[in-house]
Amino acid sequence: MTTTERPHTAIADGALPPASAALELVRAMMRIRTVEETLADLYKEQEMRTPTHFSIGQEAVAVGVSGALRPTDVAYSGHRCHAHYLAKGGDLRGMVAELYGRETGCARGRGGSVHLNAPEVGFIAASAILGETMAAAAGSAWSFAMDRSPRIAVSYFGDGVVEEGIFHETLNFAVVKQVPLLLICENNLYSTHTPLEVRQPSGTTIWERVRSYQLPSVIVDGNDVFAVLAAAEEGAAWCREGKGPYFIECSTYRWREHVGPNWDYDAGYRTKAEVDSWIAKDPVKRAQAAVVAAGYCGDEQIITWSAELQQEIAEAVAYAKASPFPSVETLLDGTY
Amino acid sequence: MRTLKYWQAINEATVQCMEADPNIFVAGIGVDDFKGIFGTTRGALERFGRERVHDIPNCENAFAGVTIGAAAMGKRPLVVHPRNDFMFLATDMLFNLAAKWRYMFGNKGGVPVVTRAIVGRGWGQGATHSQSTHATFAHFPGLYVATPASPADAKGLLVSALTGSTPVIILENRALYELEGEVPEAAEPIPFGKGRIVRAGTDVTIVGASLMAYEAARAADILADQGISAEVIDPRSIRPLDEEIILESVRKTGHLVVADTSWATYGFSAEVAAVVAEKALGSLRAPVRRVTIPDCPAPVSKPLEDAFHPSPASIARACLDVLRSDVAIGREVADVQAAFYGPY
Repeated sequence: MTTTERPHTAIADGALPPASAALELVRAMMRIRTVEETLADLYKEQEMRTPTHFSIGQEAVAVGVSGALRPTDVAYSGHRCHAHYLAKGGDLRGMVAELYGRETGCARGRGGSVHLNAPEVGFIAASAILGETMAAAAGSAWSFAMDRSPRIAVSYFGDGVVEEGIFHETLNFAVVKQVPLLLICENNLYSTHTPLEVRQPSGTTIWERVRSYQLPSVIVDGNDVFAVLAAAEEGAAWCREGKGPYFIECSTYRWREHVGPNWDYDAGYRTKAEVDSWIAKDPVKRAQAAVVAAGYCGDEQIITWSAELQQEIAEAVAYAKASPFPSVETLLDGTY
Repeated sequence: MRTLKYWQAINEATVQCMEADPNIFVAGIGVDDFKGIFGTTRGALERFGRERVHDIPNCENAFAGVTIGAAAMGKRPLVVHPRNDFMFLATDMLFNLAAKWRYMFGNKGGVPVVTRAIVGRGWGQGATHSQSTHATFAHFPGLYVATPASPADAKGLLVSALTGSTPVIILENRALYELEGEVPEAAEPIPFGKGRIVRAGTDVTIVGASLMAYEAARAADILADQGISAEVIDPRSIRPLDEEIILESVRKTGHLVVADTSWATYGFSAEVAAVVAEKALGSLRAPVRRVTIPDCPAPVSKPLEDAFHPSPASIARACLDVLRSDVAIGREVADVQAAFYGPY
């Protein structure tokens, strides 16, 4: 393979796609933001008894990547999986019911927040063990290569996975077998509460180190949904053409605490000034401003969507709360 | 019926299952090399080529995950580890993902990855090439663990694994590879959780999985010379475990010896003893005895190695102990690998 065919440089701000596509991305990001903020508020009621890693602040990655995917493509994620699930088309009611531990949940109340799945729309699995699903995504991609199918597999993971052995095993395997695997590293600078600079070699970047495996690797502003979309479209096309895996590092930031609904300015591992600097780069507001400035829609459209989305999440919560818990007689069901 | 060696039975089952199901592929380190994993993958390579028999980089951890992701797309991977000790590198994937997949994702489907792994014994292979992982894997709900002890079972259990819906670990003891026995020509499945009576008897029950089923039968020969009738039970799969065949035998004989290729502590022999204690304690006329490897890693030096592995004689002696017999063993038998010619 010839990696020189692709630019190994940062991709600049994404050009705005046509109106209908751009508006769809903005609404999809607003939907995830609305869902997550609503659930974070409700989480304090202690009825969602499942460790929950909110995606607030990182919406542009999931939405931009999903914009480049086909319904037949598959995606895998890790513990912070809500945005990836929703962006791929996972049922909102199934997700909320899962958080509430109900039989109507997407994992029938057996999986919880970190094991969302919706195989009917290609969101195959999420798992809390770092890097696990990266290898599984490579396996799905390998099966597509065996079948000479144009489908591709996406693996979402954080910067913490880069330190795991499986990251390197999977990259090596994916390149050697030339599987159609789109690797999306969401670099939010922290693994739980530990900053990147004490975990990985200083003076290097993830995307540049990955290039030594001889696959195209780029970095994008992960808070610019249009830039993420542009990179993901290039990567998806590369994979679909049978050229092997493609790596995109997305720079982004988690607003809330690692796990749970709260702000953690005062916890000591990061400053309020740092968090505020990333909130100023809010991916949702930024995309909204871009489409309004382009004349794709007016502010009233944003307000209308906001009201619609509030209504949708309220209905999903009501559905979840009204759903039955699994019956204890079914405790063992599904083991085999 | 025609006879096959143990490895030939595995080879034949693999080819027949791959002919029947185009989604099956074989993968593992060196599966397509000139040795063909002691001959077991050679037939598949000759028949289907490298399109379906895949050599892979060294990546036990990732590769277990790769096969899970392939299985989620409808493939049926058959993974082969020439040394089961390397499976410790794959345990996260097998325990945390494959075993739990069906349950934790809401019972929408499983990932029936089949993993064959070979257990070494003797020839000074030492601490990291002479252990059997069967009890470790059997601890986790969601997996099946099969331990075939005969050529027919090696074939039938592999057929079940490749046509079932559950992730299966099949552990094959290298010392059984040259064993010859009758094997049906057709690819007939042998169900998991159904043990077999290797040899019927009335005085003492010996339960042994894998190589220990074979060694227990040889122990029964020794005991027969002394007029003692031992019943030998091979569970064939240790998860699910055919408890009933064990309990029924113990109710008849009143005496139990469990032989195992792994350690006693928290192991297969402990599980069998616990099942009998819970469900047939009243039938026992003497305490249970376990014959296992001693509580240390496997040594290399020949005299130490000879003392390390359970033998037909050590199993027979344990039977005499539980029977409170003062009969001496009439004869020793050759080590199961006495005819083995190195290198391993």
